Amino acid sequence: MVTTADIWSWMEDIFDPEIPVLTVVDLGVVRDVAIENNRPVITITPTYSGCPAMNTIEEEIVQKLVAEGFENPEVKTVLHPAWTTDWMSENGKKKLEEYGIAPPAGGSVNKKALFAEQDTVRCPQCKSENTHMVSQFGSTACKAMYQCKDCLEPFDYFKCL
Amino acid sequence: MDIKEALFKYTLRLGDNSLILGHRLSEWCGHGPILEQDIALINVALDLIGQSRSYLAYAGEIEGKGRDEDAMAYLRVERDFYNVLLAEQPNGDFGRTIARQFFFDVFHFLLLEKLTSSTDEQIAAIAVKSLKEVTYHLRYSSEWIIRLGDGTEESHRRIQESIDELWMYTGEMFEMDEVDETLIGVGIATDLSALKPLWEEKVSEVLKEATLNQPESGWMQSGGRKGIHSEHLGFLLSELQYLQRTVPNAKW
Repeated sequence: MVTTADIWSWMEDIFDPEIPVLTVVDLGVVRDVAIENNRPVITITPTYSGCPAMNTIEEEIVQKLVAEGFENPEVKTVLHPAWTTDWMSENGKKKLEEYGIAPPAGGSVNKKALFAEQDTVRCPQCKSENTHMVSQFGSTACKAMYQCKDCLEPFDYFKCL
Repeated sequence: MDIKEALFKYTLRLGDNSLILGHRLSEWCGHGPILEQDIALINVALDLIGQSRSYLAYAGEIEGKGRDEDAMAYLRVERDFYNVLLAEQPNGDFGRTIARQFFFDVFHFLLLEKLTSSTDEQIAAIAVKSLKEVTYHLRYSSEWIIRLGDGTEESHRRIQESIDELWMYTGEMFEMDEVDETLIGVGIATDLSALKPLWEEKVSEVLKEATLNQPESGWMQSGGRKGIHSEHLGFLLSELQYLQRTVPNAKW
């Protein structure tokens, strides 16, 4: 008998296609798993509205469940409640930093849109906090570009949302 | 006008603003003045197109005729698009794009703040999600207005020209008609006339910081929200819709 705990553990095998050290559970993209009439129903939510990884994540979840013997798994996408970096697991943040991406510092996005203070971001290479933002938009929707002023290494920062 | 009809049109207006402005920004891909700004503009484009997908999918559900978000984006004709004229204006130089973005971002931010408490759950959910993204957009365009306005003599002159020329497209964002009135009555839409002073306050604060002159409010362009567009939208759609028009039902 398959339990929701089994399904959660299978979700730990599915990685974000753009940040392959994080599982969809670390990211907080999987919101719920349920079994309805012997059929798994997975609820996911996008990080950003236009996140191009969502289709791939959905396909990978379906493939995983099919491989575990389910014929007709369902993946539902919900927008509410809106995803926030606050849902990223501590383990996920640690893995991000080891991978070379600075994890989100502090809480979700500052609502004061104009001239907001920048977060203190620690360089994932030398751990210095003497860093500066190069651009608030980076290689994917969820990242900003930073540079360390001590070791001079440019790096990605997973920005707060 | 019944609520369903009003909600369908209202949702299309929201979705079309994001889709058309998102498409315009996407035209910068590979053409940005420097790599970081190329990436930034495309990130904003991606957010907007993602938002439009949520709205257009919802519009299709409300309509109940089996049209999905792709049918809405790729198979409607020009007169069935309800975006504001500002969104479809050509990119021009980087400053022109930033001026257009700034005017829209301030409006968009204020609108979404209100829509987060819409009585329509889906509109509210899209607004909560989009507001987080638009907060970054507004910060980006505001900072660039200041940088260009308070920059060199040439950047100041060029951004001022763009602000002056785009100003006449800003009034339309606050227009209301039967669609809005029907939905304000049931708490789905928000009263745009209440947003206008807030918009003016924010715009004037940033323009002042940027040492730029705020144009006097004069005659304003109008029409996009009713489907009557500038000549630019047709050209934009011919590119956006080319594939589905040429090879109908093509799949990726």
